[in-house]
Amino acid sequence: MGRMTFIEHDGTRHEVEIEADKSLMQHAADNMVPGIDADCGGECACGTCHVIVDEQWFGKTGAINSNEKQMLEMTPEGAPTSRLACQIEVTDALDGLVVHLPEFQM
Amino acid sequence: MSHSPSQSDENQVCVIIGASHAAAQLATSLRQQGWSGPIRMIGDEGGLPYQRPPLSKAFLCGEKDADSLIIRPSAFYEKHEIEFIPGRVTAIDRVAKTLTLADGSEQHYDKLALCTGTRVIRLPIQGANLGGVHYLRTLADVEGIRRELPDSGRVVIIGGGYIGLETAASLRKQGIDVVVLEMAERVLQRVTAPEVSAFYQRMHSEAGVTIETGTMVAAFEGEERVERVVCADGRFYPADMVIVGIGVRPNSELADAAGLEIDNGIVVDEYCQTQDPDIVAAGDCANQWDPRSGQRRRLESVPNAVEQAKTAAATLCGEKIPQISLPWFWSDQYDLKLQMAGLNQGYDQVVIRGTADSGCSFAAFYFQQGQLIAADCINRAPEFMLAKKLLSQKQTADMTRLADEAIPVKQLMAELTTSS
Repeated sequence: MGRMTFIEHDGTRHEVEIEADKSLMQHAADNMVPGIDADCGGECACGTCHVIVDEQWFGKTGAINSNEKQMLEMTPEGAPTSRLACQIEVTDALDGLVVHLPEFQM
Repeated sequence: MSHSPSQSDENQVCVIIGASHAAAQLATSLRQQGWSGPIRMIGDEGGLPYQRPPLSKAFLCGEKDADSLIIRPSAFYEKHEIEFIPGRVTAIDRVAKTLTLADGSEQHYDKLALCTGTRVIRLPIQGANLGGVHYLRTLADVEGIRRELPDSGRVVIIGGGYIGLETAASLRKQGIDVVVLEMAERVLQRVTAPEVSAFYQRMHSEAGVTIETGTMVAAFEGEERVERVVCADGRFYPADMVIVGIGVRPNSELADAAGLEIDNGIVVDEYCQTQDPDIVAAGDCANQWDPRSGQRRRLESVPNAVEQAKTAAATLCGEKIPQISLPWFWSDQYDLKLQMAGLNQGYDQVVIRGTADSGCSFAAFYFQQGQLIAADCINRAPEFMLAKKLLSQKQTADMTRLADEAIPVKQLMAELTTSS
Protein backbone atom coordinates (compact mmCIF):
# COMPACT_ATOMS: atom_id res chain seq x y z
CA MET A 1 0.00 0.00 0.00
CA GLY A 2 1.22 3.50 -0.86
CA ARG A 3 2.14 6.27 1.52
CA MET A 4 1.93 10.05 1.57
CA THR A 5 3.62 12.64 3.77
CA PHE A 6 2.17 15.77 5.35
CA ILE A 7 4.79 18.20 6.64
CA GLU A 8 3.63 20.72 9.22
CA HIS A 9 4.86 24.31 9.13
CA ASP A 10 7.28 23.55 11.99
CA GLY A 11 8.74 20.60 10.06
CA THR A 12 6.87 17.78 11.83
CA ARG A 13 6.26 14.95 9.36
CA HIS A 14 3.18 12.73 9.26
CA GLU A 15 3.30 9.64 7.08
CA VAL A 16 -0.08 8.18 6.23
CA GLU A 17 -1.16 5.10 4.33
CA ILE A 18 -3.17 5.57 1.16
CA GLU A 19 -6.76 4.38 1.30
CA ALA A 20 -8.64 4.31 -1.98
CA ASP A 21 -11.64 6.55 -2.70
CA LYS A 22 -10.81 9.14 -0.08
CA SER A 23 -9.78 12.74 -0.46
CA LEU A 24 -6.45 14.01 0.81
CA MET A 25 -8.38 16.00 3.45
CA GLN A 26 -10.06 12.81 4.69
CA HIS A 27 -6.65 11.12 4.95
CA ALA A 28 -5.47 13.99 7.16
CA ALA A 29 -8.59 13.80 9.34
CA ASP A 30 -8.46 10.02 9.72
CA ASN A 31 -4.83 10.24 10.80
CA MET A 32 -5.31 13.25 13.09
CA VAL A 33 -2.84 15.37 11.12
CA PRO A 34 -2.95 18.76 12.86
CA GLY A 35 -3.15 21.94 10.81
CA ILE A 36 -5.89 20.82 8.46
CA ASP A 37 -9.08 22.17 9.98
CA ALA A 38 -11.46 21.07 7.22
CA ASP A 39 -14.34 22.86 8.90
CA CYS A 40 -16.87 22.04 6.19
CA GLY A 41 -16.08 18.35 5.90
CA GLY A 42 -14.98 18.50 2.28
CA GLU A 43 -17.54 20.64 0.46
CA CYS A 44 -15.05 23.20 -0.85
CA ALA A 45 -16.82 25.80 1.28
CA CYS A 46 -14.41 26.91 3.98
CA GLY A 47 -10.87 26.99 2.59
CA THR A 48 -9.38 25.52 5.77
CA CYS A 49 -7.65 22.49 4.25
CA HIS A 50 -5.02 24.42 2.29
CA VAL A 51 -1.90 22.43 1.42
CA ILE A 52 1.12 23.28 -0.70
CA VAL A 53 1.95 20.36 -2.97
CA ASP A 54 5.58 19.47 -3.74
CA GLU A 55 6.24 20.72 -7.24
CA GLN A 56 6.92 17.35 -8.88
CA TRP A 57 3.56 16.04 -7.64
CA PHE A 58 1.40 19.02 -8.51
CA GLY A 59 0.48 17.81 -11.98
CA LYS A 60 -0.87 14.53 -10.56
CA THR A 61 -3.31 16.12 -8.12
CA GLY A 62 -6.04 16.72 -10.68
CA ALA A 63 -7.90 19.78 -11.96
CA ILE A 64 -8.72 22.86 -9.89
CA ASN A 65 -12.28 24.19 -10.11
CA SER A 66 -12.92 27.93 -10.14
CA ASN A 67 -14.27 28.07 -6.61
CA GLU A 68 -11.18 26.38 -5.19
CA LYS A 69 -8.94 28.61 -7.30
CA GLN A 70 -10.67 31.78 -6.07
CA MET A 71 -10.36 30.77 -2.43
CA LEU A 72 -6.70 29.87 -2.80
CA GLU A 73 -5.96 33.20 -4.46
CA MET A 74 -7.07 34.96 -1.29
CA THR A 75 -4.79 33.19 1.15
CA PRO A 76 -1.70 35.16 2.17
CA GLU A 77 0.29 31.92 2.27
CA GLY A 78 -0.79 30.86 -1.21
CA ALA A 79 1.82 29.35 -3.53
CA PRO A 80 1.75 28.31 -7.20
CA THR A 81 1.19 24.70 -6.11
CA SER A 82 -1.49 25.43 -3.47
CA ARG A 83 -4.53 23.14 -3.34
CA LEU A 84 -7.47 22.46 -1.07
CA ALA A 85 -6.94 18.94 0.24
CA CYS A 86 -10.66 18.12 0.07
CA GLN A 87 -10.55 18.54 -3.71
CA ILE A 88 -7.68 16.05 -4.25
CA GLU A 89 -8.94 12.53 -4.89
CA VAL A 90 -6.24 10.14 -3.70
CA THR A 91 -5.27 7.17 -5.88
CA ASP A 92 -2.27 4.86 -5.90
CA ALA A 93 -0.74 7.25 -8.43
CA LEU A 94 -0.07 9.57 -5.48
CA ASP A 95 2.13 7.00 -3.70
CA GLY A 96 5.01 9.10 -2.32
CA LEU A 97 3.12 12.42 -2.43
CA VAL A 98 4.53 15.15 -0.19
CA VAL A 99 2.49 18.20 0.84
CA HIS A 100 3.38 21.07 3.15
CA LEU A 101 0.94 22.73 5.52
CA PRO A 102 0.73 26.52 5.84
CA GLU A 103 1.32 28.19 9.19
CA PHE A 104 -2.30 29.27 9.41
CA GLN A 105 -5.48 28.10 7.72
CA MET A 106 -7.75 30.83 6.35
CA MET B 1 -13.96 23.68 40.13
CA SER B 2 -10.80 21.72 40.72
CA HIS B 3 -8.15 21.76 38.07
CA SER B 4 -6.98 18.24 38.68
CA PRO B 5 -5.18 16.84 35.65
CA SER B 6 -8.09 14.62 34.74
CA GLN B 7 -6.66 14.06 31.29
CA SER B 8 -3.87 11.93 32.72
CA ASP B 9 -6.16 9.83 34.87
CA GLU B 10 -6.68 6.54 33.07
CA ASN B 11 -9.71 5.66 35.14
CA GLN B 12 -11.80 8.70 34.29
CA VAL B 13 -14.66 7.86 31.95
CA CYS B 14 -16.04 10.41 29.53
CA VAL B 15 -19.43 9.64 28.01
CA ILE B 16 -20.74 11.57 25.03
CA ILE B 17 -24.50 11.50 24.48
CA GLY B 18 -25.17 11.85 20.77
CA ALA B 19 -23.23 10.79 17.70
CA SER B 20 -23.15 13.55 15.16
CA HIS B 21 -20.67 16.29 14.15
CA ALA B 22 -20.12 17.66 17.66
CA ALA B 23 -19.72 14.18 19.18
CA ALA B 24 -17.25 13.03 16.51
CA GLN B 25 -15.10 16.12 17.01
CA LEU B 26 -15.35 16.02 20.79
CA ALA B 27 -14.12 12.42 20.98
CA THR B 28 -11.26 13.17 18.59
CA SER B 29 -10.28 16.37 20.40
CA LEU B 30 -10.31 14.61 23.77
CA ARG B 31 -7.69 12.15 22.51
CA GLN B 32 -5.67 14.92 20.84
CA GLN B 33 -5.65 16.82 24.11
CA GLY B 34 -4.45 13.85 26.10
CA TRP B 35 -7.58 12.30 27.63
CA SER B 36 -6.40 8.77 28.42
CA GLY B 37 -9.46 7.24 30.08
CA PRO B 38 -12.30 5.45 28.30
CA ILE B 39 -14.44 7.48 25.89
CA ARG B 40 -17.92 6.17 25.13
CA MET B 41 -20.23 7.68 22.56
CA ILE B 42 -23.91 6.77 22.78
CA GLY B 43 -25.92 7.34 19.60
CA ASP B 44 -29.55 6.59 18.87
CA GLU B 45 -29.28 6.45 15.08
CA GLY B 46 -27.59 3.06 15.18
CA GLY B 47 -24.35 4.01 13.45
CA LEU B 48 -21.21 6.12 13.59
CA PRO B 49 -21.32 9.91 13.15
CA TYR B 50 -21.90 10.99 9.54
CA GLN B 51 -21.94 14.22 7.57
CA ARG B 52 -25.41 15.75 7.60
CA PRO B 53 -24.98 18.61 5.10
CA PRO B 54 -24.88 16.31 2.01
CA LEU B 55 -28.22 14.73 3.02
CA SER B 56 -30.23 17.46 1.27
CA LYS B 57 -27.68 17.76 -1.53
CA ALA B 58 -25.36 15.07 -2.98
CA PHE B 59 -26.95 12.19 -1.04
CA LEU B 60 -30.49 13.15 -2.04
CA CYS B 61 -29.28 13.41 -5.65
CA GLY B 62 -27.82 9.90 -5.44
CA GLU B 63 -24.29 11.23 -6.06
CA LYS B 64 -23.02 9.98 -2.69
CA ASP B 65 -23.74 6.75 -0.84
CA ALA B 66 -24.20 6.28 2.89
CA ASP B 67 -20.67 4.89 3.39
CA SER B 68 -19.08 8.02 1.99
CA LEU B 69 -20.92 10.18 4.53
CA ILE B 70 -19.14 8.64 7.55
CA ILE B 71 -17.06 11.37 9.25
CA ARG B 72 -14.35 8.92 10.31
CA PRO B 73 -14.23 5.16 9.69
CA SER B 74 -14.73 2.58 12.44
CA ALA B 75 -11.00 1.76 12.31
CA PHE B 76 -10.31 5.30 13.53
CA TYR B 77 -12.49 4.88 16.60
CA GLU B 78 -10.98 1.45 17.31
CA LYS B 79 -7.44 2.76 17.00
CA HIS B 80 -8.12 5.60 19.40
CA GLU B 81 -10.21 3.45 21.74
CA ILE B 82 -13.42 5.40 21.33
CA GLU B 83 -16.30 3.04 21.98
CA PHE B 84 -19.58 3.51 20.14
CA ILE B 85 -22.69 2.28 21.96
CA PRO B 86 -25.93 2.23 19.98
CA GLY B 87 -28.77 3.25 22.25
CA ARG B 88 -30.85 6.04 23.65
CA VAL B 89 -30.21 7.65 27.02
CA THR B 90 -33.42 8.16 28.99
CA ALA B 91 -32.09 9.68 32.23
CA ILE B 92 -29.05 11.35 33.75
CA ASP B 93 -28.42 10.92 37.49
CA ARG B 94 -25.99 13.74 38.30
CA VAL B 95 -25.48 12.64 41.91
CA ALA B 96 -24.68 8.98 41.20
CA LYS B 97 -23.10 9.97 37.86
CA THR B 98 -24.93 7.31 35.93
CA LEU B 99 -26.95 7.28 32.74
CA THR B 100 -29.93 5.02 32.14
CA LEU B 101 -30.49 3.75 28.61
CA ALA B 102 -33.78 2.79 26.97
CA ASP B 103 -32.86 -0.92 27.21
CA GLY B 104 -32.53 -0.56 30.99
CA SER B 105 -28.74 -0.73 31.06
CA GLU B 106 -26.65 1.83 32.93
CA GLN B 107 -23.45 3.69 32.13
CA HIS B 108 -21.19 5.38 34.64
CA TYR B 109 -19.51 8.69 33.78
CA ASP B 110 -16.98 10.99 35.40
CA LYS B 111 -17.37 13.64 32.71
CA LEU B 112 -20.38 13.96 30.46
CA ALA B 113 -20.79 15.71 27.09
CA LEU B 114 -24.27 16.49 25.78
CA CYS B 115 -24.31 16.51 21.97
CA THR B 116 -27.98 15.73 21.62
CA GLY B 117 -28.64 17.94 18.60
CA THR B 118 -32.07 18.91 17.42
CA ARG B 119 -35.19 17.28 16.04
CA VAL B 120 -37.54 18.48 13.35
CA ILE B 121 -40.65 20.48 14.14
CA ARG B 122 -43.66 18.45 12.99
CA LEU B 123 -46.66 20.00 11.30
CA PRO B 124 -49.64 19.35 13.55
CA ILE B 125 -52.23 19.37 10.81
CA GLN B 126 -54.84 17.01 9.46
CA GLY B 127 -53.29 14.20 7.42
CA ALA B 128 -49.85 14.61 8.99
CA ASN B 129 -49.56 10.84 9.41
CA LEU B 130 -50.40 9.90 5.82
CA GLY B 131 -47.87 7.90 3.84
CA GLY B 132 -45.60 10.01 1.66
CA VAL B 133 -45.25 12.83 4.20
CA HIS B 134 -41.54 13.15 4.99
CA TYR B 135 -39.17 15.21 7.09
CA LEU B 136 -35.48 15.70 6.42
CA ARG B 137 -32.87 15.56 9.17
CA THR B 138 -31.39 12.08 9.42
CA LEU B 139 -29.85 9.57 7.05
CA ALA B 140 -32.88 7.33 7.63
CA ASP B 141 -35.19 10.22 6.67
CA VAL B 142 -33.46 10.68 3.33
CA GLU B 143 -33.19 6.95 2.66
CA GLY B 144 -36.96 6.91 3.15
CA ILE B 145 -37.40 9.78 0.71
CA ARG B 146 -35.14 8.15 -1.87
CA ARG B 147 -36.99 4.83 -1.65
CA GLU B 148 -40.32 6.50 -2.38
CA LEU B 149 -39.16 9.22 -4.73
CA PRO B 150 -41.34 9.20 -7.85
CA ASP B 151 -39.51 8.99 -11.20
CA SER B 152 -41.74 11.79 -12.33
CA GLY B 153 -44.66 13.46 -10.66
CA ARG B 154 -44.66 16.17 -8.09
CA VAL B 155 -43.16 16.81 -4.70
CA VAL B 156 -44.55 19.61 -2.52
CA ILE B 157 -42.03 21.07 -0.08
CA ILE B 158 -43.35 22.88 2.98
CA GLY B 159 -40.93 25.59 4.09
CA GLY B 160 -38.69 27.91 2.07
CA GLY B 161 -35.67 27.89 4.38
CA TYR B 162 -32.28 26.44 3.47
CA ILE B 163 -33.38 22.82 3.88
CA GLY B 164 -36.49 23.36 1.78
CA LEU B 165 -34.65 25.19 -0.98
CA GLU B 166 -31.68 22.78 -1.08
CA THR B 167 -34.16 19.91 -1.29
CA ALA B 168 -36.05 21.69 -4.07
CA ALA B 169 -32.83 22.13 -6.06
CA SER B 170 -31.76 18.51 -5.56
CA LEU B 171 -35.15 17.16 -6.70
CA ARG B 172 -35.50 19.56 -9.62
CA LYS B 173 -32.08 18.43 -10.87
CA GLN B 174 -33.56 14.93 -11.04
CA GLY B 175 -36.42 16.12 -13.24
CA ILE B 176 -39.10 16.12 -10.56
CA ASP B 177 -41.84 18.77 -10.47
CA VAL B 178 -41.34 20.80 -7.32
CA VAL B 179 -43.63 23.24 -5.52
CA VAL B 180 -42.37 25.11 -2.43
CA LEU B 181 -44.96 26.55 -0.05
CA GLU B 182 -43.67 29.20 2.36
CA MET B 183 -45.71 30.84 5.10
CA ALA B 184 -43.68 34.09 5.20
CA GLU B 185 -43.80 36.79 2.53
CA ARG B 186 -40.45 35.68 1.10
CA VAL B 187 -38.17 32.64 1.21
CA LEU B 188 -35.26 32.69 3.69
CA GLN B 189 -37.03 35.59 5.45
CA ARG B 190 -35.63 34.73 8.87
CA VAL B 191 -32.01 34.57 7.71
CA THR B 192 -31.28 36.92 4.79
CA ALA B 193 -31.90 40.35 3.29
CA PRO B 194 -34.77 40.82 0.81
CA GLU B 195 -32.23 41.07 -2.04
CA VAL B 196 -30.91 37.57 -1.29
CA SER B 197 -34.42 36.13 -0.92
CA ALA B 198 -35.45 37.64 -4.26
CA PHE B 199 -32.32 36.24 -5.88
CA TYR B 200 -33.07 32.67 -4.73
CA GLN B 201 -36.70 33.02 -5.72
CA ARG B 202 -35.56 34.01 -9.22
CA MET B 203 -33.01 31.17 -9.46
CA HIS B 204 -35.61 28.57 -8.46
CA SER B 205 -38.18 30.00 -10.88
CA GLU B 206 -35.65 29.83 -13.70
CA ALA B 207 -35.01 26.18 -12.81
CA GLY B 208 -38.75 25.52 -13.03
CA VAL B 209 -39.60 25.34 -9.32
CA THR B 210 -42.90 26.93 -8.30
CA ILE B 211 -42.58 28.98 -5.12
CA GLU B 212 -45.69 30.25 -3.34
CA THR B 213 -45.01 32.63 -0.46
CA GLY B 214 -47.50 33.92 2.09
CA THR B 215 -49.07 30.47 1.92
CA MET B 216 -50.31 28.64 4.98
CA VAL B 217 -50.79 24.88 4.72
CA ALA B 218 -54.00 23.61 6.32
CA ALA B 219 -54.16 19.85 5.61
CA PHE B 220 -52.75 16.89 3.72
CA GLU B 221 -55.41 14.81 2.01
CA GLY B 222 -55.39 11.33 0.54
CA GLU B 223 -56.54 7.76 1.12
CA GLU B 224 -53.47 6.11 2.63
CA ARG B 225 -50.85 8.22 0.97
CA VAL B 226 -50.86 11.96 0.58
CA GLU B 227 -52.48 13.04 -2.71
CA ARG B 228 -52.88 16.78 -2.26
CA VAL B 229 -51.85 19.63 -0.03
CA VAL B 230 -54.66 21.99 0.94
CA CYS B 231 -53.87 25.58 1.90
CA ALA B 232 -55.71 27.82 4.36
CA ASP B 233 -56.98 30.03 1.51
CA GLY B 234 -58.56 27.03 -0.23
CA ARG B 235 -55.94 26.52 -2.94
CA PHE B 236 -54.67 22.99 -3.27
CA TYR B 237 -51.67 21.28 -4.87
CA PRO B 238 -51.65 17.66 -6.06
CA ALA B 239 -48.66 15.83 -4.54
CA ASP B 240 -47.02 12.43 -4.90
CA MET B 241 -44.85 13.25 -1.91
CA VAL B 242 -44.57 15.99 0.70
CA ILE B 243 -41.33 17.01 2.39
CA VAL B 244 -41.64 19.27 5.43
CA GLY B 245 -38.73 21.52 6.40
CA ILE B 246 -40.01 24.12 8.85
CA GLY B 247 -37.20 24.13 11.38
CA VAL B 248 -35.88 22.20 14.35
CA ARG B 249 -36.00 22.26 18.13
CA PRO B 250 -33.08 21.54 20.47
CA ASN B 251 -33.11 18.19 22.27
CA SER B 252 -32.80 19.53 25.79
CA GLU B 253 -35.33 17.40 27.68
CA LEU B 254 -32.69 15.04 29.15
CA ALA B 255 -30.70 17.98 30.51
CA ASP B 256 -33.87 19.65 31.72
CA ALA B 257 -34.95 16.54 33.62
CA ALA B 258 -31.48 16.40 35.17
CA GLY B 259 -31.98 19.91 36.54
CA LEU B 260 -29.66 21.78 34.17
CA GLU B 261 -30.57 25.27 33.02
CA ILE B 262 -32.53 25.34 29.76
CA ASP B 263 -33.31 28.38 27.63
CA ASN B 264 -33.76 27.65 23.93
CA GLY B 265 -31.37 24.74 24.35
CA ILE B 266 -28.89 23.72 27.03
CA VAL B 267 -27.35 26.82 28.59
CA VAL B 268 -23.53 26.82 28.56
CA ASP B 269 -20.85 29.42 29.19
CA GLU B 270 -18.12 30.41 26.72
CA TYR B 271 -16.23 27.24 27.70
CA CYS B 272 -19.25 25.11 26.73
CA GLN B 273 -19.75 24.15 30.36
CA THR B 274 -23.19 23.77 31.91
CA GLN B 275 -23.67 24.82 35.53
CA ASP B 276 -22.52 21.28 36.47
CA PRO B 277 -18.69 21.37 36.29
CA ASP B 278 -18.65 17.76 35.05
CA ILE B 279 -21.05 18.33 32.17
CA VAL B 280 -20.45 20.18 28.90
CA ALA B 281 -22.71 20.62 25.88
CA ALA B 282 -21.84 21.29 22.23
CA GLY B 283 -23.57 21.62 18.87
CA ASP B 284 -27.09 22.54 17.83
CA CYS B 285 -28.46 21.71 21.30
CA ALA B 286 -26.26 24.23 23.14
CA ASN B 287 -27.17 27.85 23.79
CA GLN B 288 -23.75 29.35 24.38
CA TRP B 289 -22.75 32.61 26.06
CA ASP B 290 -20.87 34.77 23.57
CA PRO B 291 -18.63 37.18 25.49
CA ARG B 292 -18.07 39.31 22.40
CA SER B 293 -21.70 40.20 21.83
CA GLY B 294 -22.79 39.85 25.44
CA GLN B 295 -25.58 37.52 24.38
CA ARG B 296 -26.32 33.84 24.26
CA ARG B 297 -26.56 32.23 20.86
CA ARG B 298 -27.72 28.84 19.67
CA LEU B 299 -26.52 28.12 16.16
CA GLU B 300 -27.51 25.30 13.86
CA SER B 301 -24.38 24.68 11.84
CA VAL B 302 -21.56 22.20 11.41
CA PRO B 303 -18.71 24.73 11.89
CA ASN B 304 -20.28 25.83 15.19
CA ALA B 305 -20.67 22.22 16.35
CA VAL B 306 -17.03 21.52 15.54
CA GLU B 307 -15.71 24.64 17.29
CA GLN B 308 -17.83 24.08 20.38
CA ALA B 309 -16.73 20.44 20.52
CA LYS B 310 -13.05 21.47 20.51
CA THR B 311 -13.73 23.96 23.31
CA ALA B 312 -15.77 21.45 25.32
CA ALA B 313 -13.01 18.83 25.02
CA ALA B 314 -10.42 21.34 26.25
CA THR B 315 -12.69 22.22 29.18
CA LEU B 316 -13.01 18.54 30.12
CA CYS B 317 -9.23 18.22 29.99
CA GLY B 318 -8.90 21.13 32.41
CA GLU B 319 -7.87 23.75 29.90
CA LYS B 320 -10.24 26.68 29.53
CA ILE B 321 -10.25 28.41 26.17
CA PRO B 322 -13.28 30.56 25.33
CA GLN B 323 -15.19 29.72 22.15
CA ILE B 324 -15.34 33.00 20.21
CA SER B 325 -14.92 31.78 16.64
CA LEU B 326 -16.69 33.58 13.84
CA PRO B 327 -19.96 31.85 12.89
CA TRP B 328 -20.16 30.85 9.27
CA PHE B 329 -22.50 28.77 7.12
CA TRP B 330 -22.87 27.53 3.60
CA SER B 331 -25.61 26.32 1.28
CA ASP B 332 -25.33 24.66 -2.13
CA GLN B 333 -28.24 24.93 -4.56
CA TYR B 334 -27.88 24.16 -8.29
CA ASP B 335 -24.52 25.69 -9.26
CA LEU B 336 -24.82 28.35 -6.59
CA LYS B 337 -22.42 28.24 -3.69
CA LEU B 338 -23.59 30.49 -0.88
CA GLN B 339 -21.03 31.18 1.83
CA MET B 340 -22.10 33.27 4.81
CA ALA B 341 -19.96 34.80 7.53
CA GLY B 342 -21.12 36.43 10.74
CA LEU B 343 -24.65 36.88 12.08
CA ASN B 344 -26.84 39.50 10.42
CA GLN B 345 -29.50 39.92 13.12
CA GLY B 346 -30.08 43.59 13.84
CA TYR B 347 -28.61 44.88 10.57
CA ASP B 348 -29.74 48.33 9.44
CA GLN B 349 -28.04 48.57 6.06
CA VAL B 350 -27.14 46.18 3.23
CA VAL B 351 -24.43 46.88 0.66
CA ILE B 352 -24.51 44.80 -2.53
CA ARG B 353 -21.33 44.09 -4.47
CA GLY B 354 -22.27 42.96 -7.96
CA THR B 355 -25.86 42.62 -9.18
CA ALA B 356 -28.51 40.68 -7.29
CA ASP B 357 -31.32 41.01 -9.83
CA SER B 358 -29.50 39.51 -12.80
CA GLY B 359 -26.77 36.91 -13.22
CA CYS B 360 -25.84 34.48 -10.49
CA SER B 361 -23.03 35.97 -8.46
CA PHE B 362 -22.99 38.79 -5.90
CA ALA B 363 -22.23 39.53 -2.26
CA ALA B 364 -24.44 41.21 0.34
CA PHE B 365 -22.63 42.90 3.22
CA TYR B 366 -24.68 43.61 6.35
CA PHE B 367 -23.95 46.66 8.51
CA GLN B 368 -25.22 47.76 11.90
CA GLN B 369 -24.54 51.38 12.79
CA GLY B 370 -21.74 51.52 10.26
CA GLN B 371 -20.07 48.33 11.52
CA LEU B 372 -19.84 45.29 9.25
CA ILE B 373 -21.57 42.37 11.00
CA ALA B 374 -22.13 39.72 8.30
CA ALA B 375 -21.92 38.83 4.62
CA ASP B 376 -23.77 36.51 2.24
CA CYS B 377 -21.58 35.63 -0.75
CA ILE B 378 -23.04 33.80 -3.73
CA ASN B 379 -20.42 32.33 -6.07
CA ARG B 380 -18.11 34.94 -4.54
CA ALA B 381 -15.43 33.02 -2.67
CA PRO B 382 -13.00 35.98 -2.59
CA GLU B 383 -15.61 38.23 -0.95
CA PHE B 384 -16.32 35.47 1.58
CA MET B 385 -12.65 35.18 2.49
CA LEU B 386 -12.47 38.97 2.80
CA ALA B 387 -15.56 39.06 5.02
CA LYS B 388 -14.20 36.27 7.22
CA LYS B 389 -11.01 38.22 7.70
CA LEU B 390 -12.75 41.56 8.34
CA LEU B 391 -15.18 40.05 10.81
CA SER B 392 -12.69 37.95 12.75
CA GLN B 393 -10.45 40.98 13.11
CA LYS B 394 -13.48 43.06 14.09
CA GLN B 395 -12.67 45.53 11.34
CA THR B 396 -15.27 47.34 9.35
CA ALA B 397 -15.03 48.38 5.72
CA ASP B 398 -15.81 51.40 3.63
CA MET B 399 -19.25 50.78 2.14
CA THR B 400 -18.56 52.67 -1.09
CA ARG B 401 -15.33 50.80 -1.73
CA LEU B 402 -16.94 47.43 -0.93
CA ALA B 403 -19.66 48.11 -3.49
CA ASP B 404 -17.17 49.28 -6.13
CA GLU B 405 -16.35 46.32 -8.36
CA ALA B 406 -13.59 48.34 -10.03
CA ILE B 407 -11.58 47.72 -6.86
CA PRO B 408 -10.53 44.05 -6.84
CA VAL B 409 -11.18 42.05 -3.67
CA LYS B 410 -7.50 41.18 -3.61
CA GLN B 411 -6.69 44.86 -3.25
CA LEU B 412 -9.19 45.30 -0.40
CA MET B 413 -7.66 42.27 1.27
CA ALA B 414 -4.10 43.55 0.80
CA GLU B 415 -5.00 46.92 2.31
CA LEU B 416 -6.44 45.09 5.26
CA THR B 417 -3.41 42.90 5.78
CA THR B 418 -1.03 45.85 5.72
CA SER B 419 -3.16 48.05 7.96
CA SER B 420 -3.72 45.39 10.61
